[in-house]
This record gives sequence, structure tokens and C-alpha cells, in this order.
Amino acid sequence: MLKLDNISMTVNDSNGGTREIIRNINAEFHPGKIYAITGPNGGGKTTIAKVIMGIYRNCAGNIYLNGEDITELSVTERAKRGIAYAFQQPPRFKGLNVKDLLQIARPSIDDKSLWKNLRDVGLCPEDYLDRDVGPGLSGGEIKRIEIAQVLSRNTVVSIFDEPEAGVDLWTVQRLIGIIMSKYKNNPHATAIIITHNENVLPVCDEILVVNDGMIQTRGTADEIWPLIKGDIECKMKDQCRGEMGYEN
Amino acid sequence: MKINQLDMQLLNTISNLNGVPDGAVNIRLDGKAVLRNSTPNIKISSKENGSGLVVEVRPGTRNETVHVPVLLTSGGFVDKVYNTFIVGEDSDVTIIAGCGIHNDSHSNSRHDGIHEIVVKKGARLKYIEKHYGEGSGDGKRILNPTTTVTVEKGAFAEMEMVQIKGVDDTYRSTVATIHEKGSLKIVERLMTHGCQSAESDISVCIEGKDGSGQVLSRSVAKDESYQVFKAALTGKTECIGHVECDSIIMDNARIKAIPQLVAEDSGAILTHEAAIGKIAGEQLIKLMSLGLTEKEAVETILAGFLR
Repeated sequence: MLKLDNISMTVNDSNGGTREIIRNINAEFHPGKIYAITGPNGGGKTTIAKVIMGIYRNCAGNIYLNGEDITELSVTERAKRGIAYAFQQPPRFKGLNVKDLLQIARPSIDDKSLWKNLRDVGLCPEDYLDRDVGPGLSGGEIKRIEIAQVLSRNTVVSIFDEPEAGVDLWTVQRLIGIIMSKYKNNPHATAIIITHNENVLPVCDEILVVNDGMIQTRGTADEIWPLIKGDIECKMKDQCRGEMGYEN
Repeated sequence: MKINQLDMQLLNTISNLNGVPDGAVNIRLDGKAVLRNSTPNIKISSKENGSGLVVEVRPGTRNETVHVPVLLTSGGFVDKVYNTFIVGEDSDVTIIAGCGIHNDSHSNSRHDGIHEIVVKKGARLKYIEKHYGEGSGDGKRILNPTTTVTVEKGAFAEMEMVQIKGVDDTYRSTVATIHEKGSLKIVERLMTHGCQSAESDISVCIEGKDGSGQVLSRSVAKDESYQVFKAALTGKTECIGHVECDSIIMDNARIKAIPQLVAEDSGAILTHEAAIGKIAGEQLIKLMSLGLTEKEAVETILAGFLR
């Protein structure tokens, strides 16, 4: 179980003062469950994820993983304890290919798993394994490769930061299915998805709404989704026919 | 053959050889050929004045490899060699050159290798040259390679030139001429560390219609080292050319990149890109979030960049 105990994080602002990005975050994330963190842009969702991974350091509070206080541990040490984070905007690497990254993510990975991980995110292994993770790949391709790295690992807590951004609808549906089967009712692993997606939110076990650096509300998807769906669901579908394609 | 264990290790570093290779080979150790073998299709002979080698590939030769490594292991040895490679029409071969210096002495060891390469009509050449230096003495390990390459009508050459480690001073000059429908790709990989300095001066002239030239350089400068990269591309007719120099700078190193394009015809399409920067923090964090330490992440990024 991952426990955030009264986590706050402050940064220096341009006027020489300080600004709280997140404050008094208390939350527990249990194995076998899928959690969604949602809320408006700039509300602090990614900051919470990066504090869990150790990329940002919280200035108050403690983080516990299966009872161990990991607050002072580095990114590397947290990764080794089973925390994984799929970046919202993954960096590119000139000279490293897709296979290299998957092998770094899971050094013992075999060819069969390499292929499966790529197929799961909708990429053809034949075409992609040897491709450079550099400027030649599109944003959507980079994003899928990022998700494949987290899925390939045996993690305790996996955080996906807007996994649907830049990924087509068909692949999003497939990804949801894969995340469900990997984490739901898995006694050893938890998934946290930062998302605004109307296909993802209702199928999560719990939704946390983060706004202005605080957890505004939380509850099961059945409780929360009806409250927020009005703000999230697209109301223009019938007019724009965006998901229906064009007819001749 | 007078090749000992140390020589063999150097040989392995610069040309991945674990023993005497099959096919055409000439191993030069401290200024003398210690092993030479020609094949029916590839003839290796000494120049009449004794200044170097002539490697002649018979027209139509396919899938053969020539190894011409140079080793300097006597401290303070200064070696200069003029080699000529003629790659016959419609052949398709690989030349593996390279130089390894082991210098434990207080005197400078230096190798100036001058290679003239002619890739005849319709031929394909892959040329690989690796440079490496090692040794405990404070005598410098100096390599000054000069390469001139002519790519004839419809021929293709890919040249991969790598300076791996341990070379204190280098001045590398490469001059290329590309004829009609000829194509040349030069890939340079360079790493400098300590107080090393390296200068690479590449000049490519596309003289023939529909010729193409590409120069891709990737380098890493660490510690107090200094690099200069000059790449001049001239298009004299309808042609395509591209120069790309990409460097990672670390510590107190300095890098100067000077790409130059000269178009002498309105049909010449020439482009260049140059970038110098340190390793992005996001890249390090990303690899650390997969379980690598910061040091491992840096090594992984550099190894990939220079691959």
C-alpha cells in the first residue's frame, strides 16, 4: 500500500516569495485497485505523481510504501522498490532505441514479452523495436512506448500521467483493458491514472478530484463520476460528429 | 608473426578481431607490416617507394572485407603512411581501418595515416575507421588521419569514423568529391576527455548532377577537452546535401561547430543543423525512474548517443 501522509510542496516564485503547489495531501492507494486522479489543469495532479516518484521533493509530510518511509529515498531507490511513472511528456533519446528502453525498464525481459508489450500499446514490434526514441517518432508513438515501459515492469505502484493524450481512441480502449487486467484485483500492484478521459474515469475503483493543490473530493467511481461527468463529457458530439468520421 | 597479447587487445578494440581474419588483411605494427594476405579479388601490395599500401579491389567483387589496422606500441614511435584504395567498378566491399596506440613512455607517439580512396563507377563501399589510445606514460597519443575520397558515377560510400577514447591530440582532415548520381555518407563519432583536443575538418564537394552527400557528426566533450568541427558542403550542380553536427558538452569542455554550405547552382539543395547542449535533466530522471543510478543514466545516454 502507498500512503501519502499530509504531503505539501512549495516552490519559490518569481517575486522572491513561495507558493504552495500541493498542500495537506492525505491518501491511501491499495493493491488490486485502480485510482484516477482528475481535476483542472494546473491543479497539482502531475506534482503529486512526481512527488510519489521522488522527482519533486515534498517539503512537509511523509510517504510510505508497504509500511516503509520512503520520503528521503531517491528516484532510483524508489524505482527499485517498485514505483513506476509513465511521463506525461516523455523525453526523447538520440541513439537509444525502443528495445534499449524496454530492456532498461526490465533487464530480464525476453523477446516474447518485448513483442507483447509493444503489441499491447498498439505498436507493431517488427516496425518499432529497433527505432530510435528520437525526433523521428510522433508524440503519440513516444507516449505508447512510455506506457509499454511501465507495463513491462513488475511494479508495486504504477502511475500513468494522462496515458490517453495523443493516443487514438481504439488504442485507448485497448489500454484500459490491459491496465484493468494487470492491476484490478492484483494483490501486489496498484495503478494510479491521471486522466480527464470519459472512457477511463467511470471504470476506475476510486476517483480523487484535485483542485488548487488539494484533494477536493474523493470516492468510488459510482459516487464521483455522476458529479463530474457534466464537466468532462463532450456535449458537442452530435453537432461535430468528431468520433463518427465523415460520410461522402 | 610478431603479435603479442597487448597488440591483440588493441587490435580487438579497434577492429573487433580476435585473431587473424579471413580474407584480405594487412596489419601494420610500429611501421612494419607484420601480416599481409591478399585474396584472388583483393590485392594488397606495397608502394614502390615504400611509403604505404595499395589495396586494389577487382571490379565486381562482392561481400568481401579488407582489414588494414595499424598498431603503435613502442613508446614515442612516429609513423606516417600513405595508403591507396581502389574499389573496382560494381564491387561491394567493406574496408576496416583504424589505429590503436599504446604508449607507456614519456615521448609522444604519433600516427599520420593518409588514405586515398577511389570508389569506381557503380561500386559500393563501407569504410570503418576506429581510433583509440591507451597507456600509462605522459607521452601523448596523437592521431592525424587524412582521407581523400572520390565517389564516381553511380557509386555509394558510407564512411564511419570513430575516435573512441584516449587520443590526446587529433587533427582529422577529410576531403570528398562526389560525381554524377554518386552518394556519400560520412558518419563521425568522437569522444574527448581530460585535456584532449580534437579537430575535424570535413570538406565535401558534389560535382555531379543528382549527387548526394551527407555528413553526420555526433560528439561528446568531457572534462577540460576541446573540439572543433568544421563541415563544408559545396553543391556545384543539381544535388542534395546535408550536414548535421550534434554534441553533448559536459564539465568544463569547449566545442566549436562550424557548418558551411556553398551552393553554386540554383538546383543545389543544401541544409545543415548544429546543436550543442548538455544532457537534459528530464532524460536523466526518466532513466533513473526505470531504476538506473544517475551515473548509469549518464553512461547509457552517452553510449547510445555515440553508437
